Amino acid sequence: MSPPPTRVAAATRPSCEGRGVDPARAANRSRAAPGSARAPDRGRPVIALLKRDLALAVRAGGGFGLGLAFFLIVVVLVPFGVGPQAEVLARIAPGILWVAALLSALLSLDRIFALDFEDGALPLLATSPLPLEAVALVKGLAHWITTGLPLTLAAPALGFLLNLDPAAYAFLLVSLAVGTPALSMIGTFGAALTVGLRRGGLLMSLLVLPLYIPTLIFGAEAVRRGADGASAATALVLQGGITLGTVALLPFATAAALRVNLR
Amino acid sequence: MSVWEYANPKKFIATTTPVLPWVMGGAAVTLTIGLVWGFFFTPDDYRQGSTVKIFYLHVPAAMMAINIWVMMLVTSLIWLIRRHHVSALAAKAAAPIGIVMTLIALFTGAVWGQPMWGTWWAWDPRLTSFLILFLFYLGYMALWTAIEDDDTAADLTSVLCLVGSVFALLSRYAVNFWNQGLHQGASLSLDAEENVADVFWYPALVCIAGFVLLSVGLVILRTQTEIRLRRARALQARMTG
Repeated sequence: MSPPPTRVAAATRPSCEGRGVDPARAANRSRAAPGSARAPDRGRPVIALLKRDLALAVRAGGGFGLGLAFFLIVVVLVPFGVGPQAEVLARIAPGILWVAALLSALLSLDRIFALDFEDGALPLLATSPLPLEAVALVKGLAHWITTGLPLTLAAPALGFLLNLDPAAYAFLLVSLAVGTPALSMIGTFGAALTVGLRRGGLLMSLLVLPLYIPTLIFGAEAVRRGADGASAATALVLQGGITLGTVALLPFATAAALRVNLR
Repeated sequence: MSVWEYANPKKFIATTTPVLPWVMGGAAVTLTIGLVWGFFFTPDDYRQGSTVKIFYLHVPAAMMAINIWVMMLVTSLIWLIRRHHVSALAAKAAAPIGIVMTLIALFTGAVWGQPMWGTWWAWDPRLTSFLILFLFYLGYMALWTAIEDDDTAADLTSVLCLVGSVFALLSRYAVNFWNQGLHQGASLSLDAEENVADVFWYPALVCIAGFVLLSVGLVILRTQTEIRLRRARALQARMTG
């Protein structure tokens, strides 16, 4: 039996007031968020960090369009490699589109933490009111918005180039939309592992690509089944499970790796 | 008296040094008995002929490839929780042994697959999971060598080992979803209806014991080497610095 709620409230109130009495802290808090001195607003630093990362990615030198261009080039190169037969291309299109999406997501991983690490922003983020786990999550989200989302939207156009089965377009869009967040979260973890290394890029691909395997399997399988007219629900649900699992758990691993690298 | 006493590097070396020759000797004896028994004193399989004898290398190596990863997972957890350096060094020392076991399993599998399935390689779920396991070992070892600071390397590789274990398991079942295989099902399980016949089973057991002893011995030896290497580097740093 739990104690009555009034007693809980009575027990917790003094400690709240005790915290409020601390003048420096109260002043600090009121300066940070004048409207809500009582409870610090957790959402504001999240939004601020997200806006900052998006701005850095989109403005000059951020390499926002490069991932998309890379995606396009890989898809254009494939017919030169395997020949222009439409039925061959249609057969391999789901796999090619997924592998190309995976590689272009990989290419932009090093900008998640490396630049912040170089200019000293990362230690500041680590000491900010936001927990490092939340920083990892927001960084992954920003990476997804600047990489995964454009890739998802561009993929149907490239499916056209590869003669993708018309029935598969919806599945391609849905499976990329469901799967690319997992790519961003896994990639954020890989970027955190290698952030202190001078030539971490190649190592990061060795670490990250094997972790992409389950996402790739379920993603490409969903599109393939869609093209064959079979049920793709199982593949999509399993892929959604992987994405939710990575969003829920990997920020903790990412934050642990960042803490080690910031030591 | 607790088991954590052996996490002291000095105590670890003092305890394992006298044990090591016995472990290695036991490995030599069991492997000789098991392999000679298996290769020369078991009948040929009625369908597979004498190729069935690759079994005595293939199965124990594959078991050790997985078990060494599990050992690395446990020692990584011990390092992250209790910060015993010997534990981190044992994980580091075990990885090359695990990758060699993975390669032995893949290679003997290819040699076995050629006459039986008519192909060196097939994208069968079991074969593919072993290739993926090989990649995980490769990434783990690459991360160890890439980081200069010992404690940072131990921490990061431990985190990678934990995350990698989850993804290795996920991949293991994801590839089942992706392709149906040529490889036979489990045939050494204690609870299965149909298993390997006893004539093949007893020498296989001896071989498995030999591979376990060999792996334990090699892990001990390599862990001792890592400890001494770190000591030597500390001495060198003191002398030059």
